[in-house]
Amino acid sequence: MKLKTLGSQIVKKVAERPSTISVSASVLAIIAGLFVGFIVMLIINPGQAFAGLRSILFGPFSDMEGGRSLGNTIYYAVPIILTGLSVAFAFRTGLFNIGATGQLTIGAFVAVYIGVNWAFLGPLHWIVAVLGGMLAGAFWGSIPGILKAYRNVHEVVSSIMLNYIAMYTVTMLIKQTIFNATSARALAPETTARLPQWFLGDVFPRSSINIGIFIAMILVVITHIILNKTTFGYELKSVGFNRDASQYAGMSEKRNIILAMAISGGIAGVAGAVMFLVTGRFMSIENHLMAEGFTGIAISLLGLSSPIGVFLAGLFYGALEIGGFYLQRTTNFVPQIIEIIIAVIIYFSALSLFLQKFVANFLSKRLKKEVQISEGSDVL
Amino acid sequence: MRELIDLIYFLFPLFIATTVPLSIVALGGLFSERSGVVNIALEGIMIMGGFIGIIAMRALIENTELNLQIIAFIGLFTGATFGMLYALAHAFASITMKSNQIISATALNMFAPAMSVFIARTFWNTSNLNLMGNYTISKVPILGDIPIVGQLFFTNAYLSTYIGIIIFIVATAVLYKTRLGLRIRSCGENPHAADSLGVNIYRVRYIGVLISGALAGMGGVIFVLSFATRFSGSVAGFGFLALAVLIFGQWHPKKIIFAALFFATMRVIADTYSVIPGLNMIVMPREIYRMLPYIATLVVLSFASKRSRAPRAVGEPYDPSKR
Repeated sequence: MKLKTLGSQIVKKVAERPSTISVSASVLAIIAGLFVGFIVMLIINPGQAFAGLRSILFGPFSDMEGGRSLGNTIYYAVPIILTGLSVAFAFRTGLFNIGATGQLTIGAFVAVYIGVNWAFLGPLHWIVAVLGGMLAGAFWGSIPGILKAYRNVHEVVSSIMLNYIAMYTVTMLIKQTIFNATSARALAPETTARLPQWFLGDVFPRSSINIGIFIAMILVVITHIILNKTTFGYELKSVGFNRDASQYAGMSEKRNIILAMAISGGIAGVAGAVMFLVTGRFMSIENHLMAEGFTGIAISLLGLSSPIGVFLAGLFYGALEIGGFYLQRTTNFVPQIIEIIIAVIIYFSALSLFLQKFVANFLSKRLKKEVQISEGSDVL
Repeated sequence: MRELIDLIYFLFPLFIATTVPLSIVALGGLFSERSGVVNIALEGIMIMGGFIGIIAMRALIENTELNLQIIAFIGLFTGATFGMLYALAHAFASITMKSNQIISATALNMFAPAMSVFIARTFWNTSNLNLMGNYTISKVPILGDIPIVGQLFFTNAYLSTYIGIIIFIVATAVLYKTRLGLRIRSCGENPHAADSLGVNIYRVRYIGVLISGALAGMGGVIFVLSFATRFSGSVAGFGFLALAVLIFGQWHPKKIIFAALFFATMRVIADTYSVIPGLNMIVMPREIYRMLPYIATLVVLSFASKRSRAPRAVGEPYDPSKR
């Protein structure tokens, strides 16, 4: 009986932590997204809806011969982890980086350009290409930062404009520099510029996994340290929280805004490099904004804008994506159902304040009941 | 000389066809933002409205013998209705739930293309929905006989162009000459003052967002009617371009017209400069013309931000206790 009281006390402690409430809001958003996806499948084809849901949920385990689907889950997750991290980093410093798409595009172009042309670098080739992508992304990200710091232009509006400017610029540059005229797309990077697999190729044979996952892990750790353990990170967050107060406290608020956007853009640039420094994926000249930047917003919200949360949410996205791939094989559903689910998840993340209140109310009601029961049993 | 005139007759319809949807959708954005709700979901609403409008038109073409112009009219109406319904989701999140308006709009922008491609591929096994028929009016009776003007405005025109122009005039009048318009504008400038005078902020903002949904949904159908013979889950960034028109036009209908004309010029040049005698000498990639509107918007933003005419309370959920 005492154990029971202790148990309910622990439950109460955990439930009262604010992070529990916000995590359960994320989980609720995911459940809502999957639920809507399931309903859509039920309407379209009731007979296959359950098979479809199973395929979406257990996608990573669809082809376990050599862990192929598991390896590909990680492969799909990496760019999204990075764009999510980019958006999250900006969020934590009070900025909304809707321009990750543009930064990613510019970063990808520079990385592929280096990958095509600088083969003389030998074993350093892919490292320089990734770094080039990062610098290019950082440069593109710093533009809305500068406009906000010096001209008070809202970063959302300027980033939207810069997304399109980036898209057209890259199309133009591809046509002029690294154009493959026969297939009307960019040339493939040299093999030395493609991300190596190292031992991952043996762990997950037949999958496309590469060391991008380590790059993502390193950046997750670095951003976690910057945001939570350094004075620099504290200043960045402080400026985001209250620009005037931070300036009054002696921080250079302009410099911090620009740096925050540059770092966020740099991470998105790495995402672009990682996406295209591979075999079998080419930059197109079709003038489409790349969806990965916007998906990053969803992942950042689901991960509660914490680097580690983003990492987990990104893996979840990879699982959904691979689920969508196998969905086509096992059922008649088309993979766009995954994008529908993601969009619904973003919508419910927007309602997160409401969801958090809902969870908090629910928990407090449940707890009252449980405490009453356990108190009652003590008396008995 | 003869060639120049022919060229003008060739370019003018394109120019109008670009200007009309741009200004209609930007006007939609104006209604939402003037009431205090940021609407970067214009692109998604256009896609949703365009998609359902095209489906309705295809069904009518297959099953009825109606005149194409009547079908186009029904298509426009359907697009507006469903754009409005779709915008309701944004209104609910950003007004009732006081959510982040950028996030909710991003969700709408992602949902619309995914849903339309999903439905198209599920039911028709293709992501490109073809639209049969030629929707131009070859010549408007009487008016088409006026020299020059008649040939420019009343031959080979789209019904949607005239509807668009009428709607633009009506909507501008509503915003500036009616009580509702005054309320919408006051909710975006100083909602607390409006509230103290008995205006229901939430209701007025709902109206603003729903009007913007209707206009953007209709704009989606106009876009497909005038540019594409098929719909493939995209309006080629027109929604975001309309947002740029809105900002470049500094949230004012008359300036929006000029912004739309300027952006349309750039767009038409980008698409046709290889056939324009004077311009094909200037060797500039078409992407430069394509990106000029966005660059111009950035420049305007960075030099006018001190005197920006953006509605003062735009983007902030209304909280009565925050006076």
